[in-house]
Amino acid sequence: MIARLKFTKLGKVRWTSHRDVARMWERALRRAGLPVAYSGGFSPRPRLSFGLALPTGCESLAEYLDVALETDLHPEDVMHAVAPELPAGVGVVASGEATSGSGSLQEEVSSCTWEIHVPGSSPEGLRNSVSETMAAAHLPVERERKGRSVQDDLRPSLLSLSVADCAMHQVHEPERPSPQHMSGPHPQDQEQHPPAAVLVAELATRPRGVRPVELAHVMGIELGLSRRTRQWIERDGSKYEPLDERAAVAAVCVERAS
Amino acid sequence: MSTSLWPRIEPLLARVTKPARYIGGELGAREPVHEPGRVAWLLVYPDTYEIGLPNQGLQILYEILNERDDALAERAYAPWTDMERQMRDSGVPLFSLETARAAADFDVLAFNLSAELTYTNLLNLIDLAGLPVRSRDREPGAPLVVAGGHCAFNPEPLANFVDAFVLGDGEEVVGELTEVLVEHGGAESSGREDLLRAMARVRGVYVPACYEARYEGGRLAAVAPRFGGVPERVEKRVVADLAQWPYPKQQLVPLVEVVHDRLNVEVFRGCTRGCRFCQAGMITRPVRERPSAQVDRMVREGLARTGYDEVALTSLSSADFSGIEQTVASVINDPECSGQVSVSLPSLRVDAFTVGLAAEIQKVRRTGLTFAPEGGTWRMRQVINKLIREEDLYSAVDSAFAQGWRRVKLYFLIGLPTETDEDVLGIAELARRCAEIGRGYHRNVTVTASVGGFVPKPHTPFQWFGQNTIEELRRKVGLLRDALRSARGVSLRWHDPEATAVEGIVSRGDRRVGEVVEHVWRAGGTFQEWSEHFDLGLWMDGLEAAGLTLSETVYRHREQHEVLPWDHVSAALHRDFLWQDFEEALAEHGLEDCRWTPCYDCGACTGLGVEHVVASAQPPAGGSQGTGQDISGGDRMPVRFLGSDAVLARSGA
Repeated sequence: MIARLKFTKLGKVRWTSHRDVARMWERALRRAGLPVAYSGGFSPRPRLSFGLALPTGCESLAEYLDVALETDLHPEDVMHAVAPELPAGVGVVASGEATSGSGSLQEEVSSCTWEIHVPGSSPEGLRNSVSETMAAAHLPVERERKGRSVQDDLRPSLLSLSVADCAMHQVHEPERPSPQHMSGPHPQDQEQHPPAAVLVAELATRPRGVRPVELAHVMGIELGLSRRTRQWIERDGSKYEPLDERAAVAAVCVERAS
Repeated sequence: MSTSLWPRIEPLLARVTKPARYIGGELGAREPVHEPGRVAWLLVYPDTYEIGLPNQGLQILYEILNERDDALAERAYAPWTDMERQMRDSGVPLFSLETARAAADFDVLAFNLSAELTYTNLLNLIDLAGLPVRSRDREPGAPLVVAGGHCAFNPEPLANFVDAFVLGDGEEVVGELTEVLVEHGGAESSGREDLLRAMARVRGVYVPACYEARYEGGRLAAVAPRFGGVPERVEKRVVADLAQWPYPKQQLVPLVEVVHDRLNVEVFRGCTRGCRFCQAGMITRPVRERPSAQVDRMVREGLARTGYDEVALTSLSSADFSGIEQTVASVINDPECSGQVSVSLPSLRVDAFTVGLAAEIQKVRRTGLTFAPEGGTWRMRQVINKLIREEDLYSAVDSAFAQGWRRVKLYFLIGLPTETDEDVLGIAELARRCAEIGRGYHRNVTVTASVGGFVPKPHTPFQWFGQNTIEELRRKVGLLRDALRSARGVSLRWHDPEATAVEGIVSRGDRRVGEVVEHVWRAGGTFQEWSEHFDLGLWMDGLEAAGLTLSETVYRHREQHEVLPWDHVSAALHRDFLWQDFEEALAEHGLEDCRWTPCYDCGACTGLGVEHVVASAQPPAGGSQGTGQDISGGDRMPVRFLGSDAVLARSGA
């Protein structure tokens, strides 16, 4: 079976790279003693499949991971077994079974919702910039590709953009069932974010994943902390999240109910 | 008031490469509470996080200190140049990873010295901590700067900057130094001189300020105590029984990829193979094995706790461990590991037995196998006492290719005592033959010959030998390049001869070389072991400013009775033994391993009152390199390995 887990990446750990996160999960699953399936061949690797890479330095409330298991387990049990093995800031918030026949996370996800801090801006000031950006026919951005500079139009990938009503609140990690190997952030380590307006943007992942830094660039604004809040799959004209949250059990609820 | 610099550090991270190097958060990391009565140690590795984190010495001391009620330890590594710039621009000093506390708030900054080319980084880190680099300029309340590790066996080039050196195993000394600091009320105490003198009375601790260096006619005449109560000669420390020290118990598992990213279990310390170029083998004697039951437990518990899928059994020659076959078998056949765990044995001996062992543990991922014959001819290998017979070598390589390996890497040294061009060209010949053997099994094989310039090291039989010049090493590399230009399947790599020369300046330098190190650091020369930052010009300027030359400090043969800068620190080896062994080398005589043959009285066991701790009275199965086998025909090669050209040449003769 393939278990799909939804997890967060918050606080200091946001400075790790996508590859670091993959290694961190491989070890956590081994520590948890879960029967992860391995690939064959000369160099067997645990069969884990991650969704879209999160840029280093960004936080996320909605990362996904598919884990192939050799035996059938209840996804919730997988979640509870691995949760204590993860570093502070990485919390499993939901689990489910990846439906067979569906594509990989990489193939399926078509857009992501982001909260983007804009330090030193007021919501009022940003609203103008947002309308201008949305009204633009083209949003040219230069980027390096295979050593050559290419021009891309960001506009088709910008699906929605608005100013959040209230400042992004500090998101705390969900309570976890057993002690962590790394204690939580010290009170003095809590990030002190300066007053900032917050943009909410939905950015397409095709033909390529647009990053918040590129949006900030075309808007000419300073980029603060960015946080991915949702990932979306579009199918038959409707939008779903990779774990349909109505079917999946949120870890937070389980913990609070028990 | 908060002591955490984190709010000032985090904004810098978006502007630097690999920011996760600065966040800590490893599995196994502690977050100790700083409070009066606890001596705060900051353990510092003077290179990047990726290189420094796996260092086992630092991790062992980290745990031992944090287990004590009167001490605590945190860690720091050298920030990469981009991060250093950001820190300096925004006034952020060197900080600890665990609680983001300024280095200057600690009682002790303790550096690991593993490589000479990191010395300028050590100065840079003291400066980044906000302290004067020279010991004598530091205020009474400033943290003490302590250093240990292999390079501490010639402490003189850093004598101006480091308050105290620890020689040998650090497990017990860190506790004793902590007690001295507690008695003196920490580094805050007013009488820094008293504190330093008290430290100098701890066995194994060398305090340079208590000693004076005298020169006569431009040469060192003596390094002697300035007053009574400090030893004339500081003896190294040795822990007699590794079983008492099963550390690290909780090896750190980093969030980012580092070198040697695996579980490491030290199976023994010390080595008596007696390779004459090898400082590590000489200064860590005697051999002390860990009981194999303890090794098994450390491996099993370590894998379960860390989640690593690879374990290295570390030592200076792991195939020599008495329990090696059983230990390897028990890891591989452990159902818990279910075949997913690989074992690596760094520093493999060169023989077919070893390859068999490697084949057993690398059932999968058989990519490359590395051997270190070090010398290209049997004559050369007798000189350096690396007694690998031609037969052992070719059997090992043959067996590696036969069992599926396609890439073999061979390590060699050039610039060794008595070396002739024939010895150098022997490297090319040997590599070429290995590739030929490989082609008997596979269509495409790669044999990489990796060549480093020899740097004579203190406390070895070669400590008197004048290092080859940059030009001479270049010429020898050139000989090899020419010889291998058209060799199929052989690739040649070599270490930069300029970096070898600089290593030589520091390796056997006296206190005056400290001025050179300081000059290079002041001119911006950090990360000198990184080729993109290495700059010979800075070192040449530094030598000139200090009135020294390469020919005097590096290329010169030392005289038999000359005062050497490290004569006042002791690795327990008799100088007579080293000199005699040097003469044996020049006479091309090899010495067998003393674990299984009579004692040569090197001084280690007798001087320290510690004996070899070896579980087996028998040399290891199939053991090469002079463990009881007949070495009289060491230069003979079995006929089956003679290539077609050799056969033809012979028949034509």
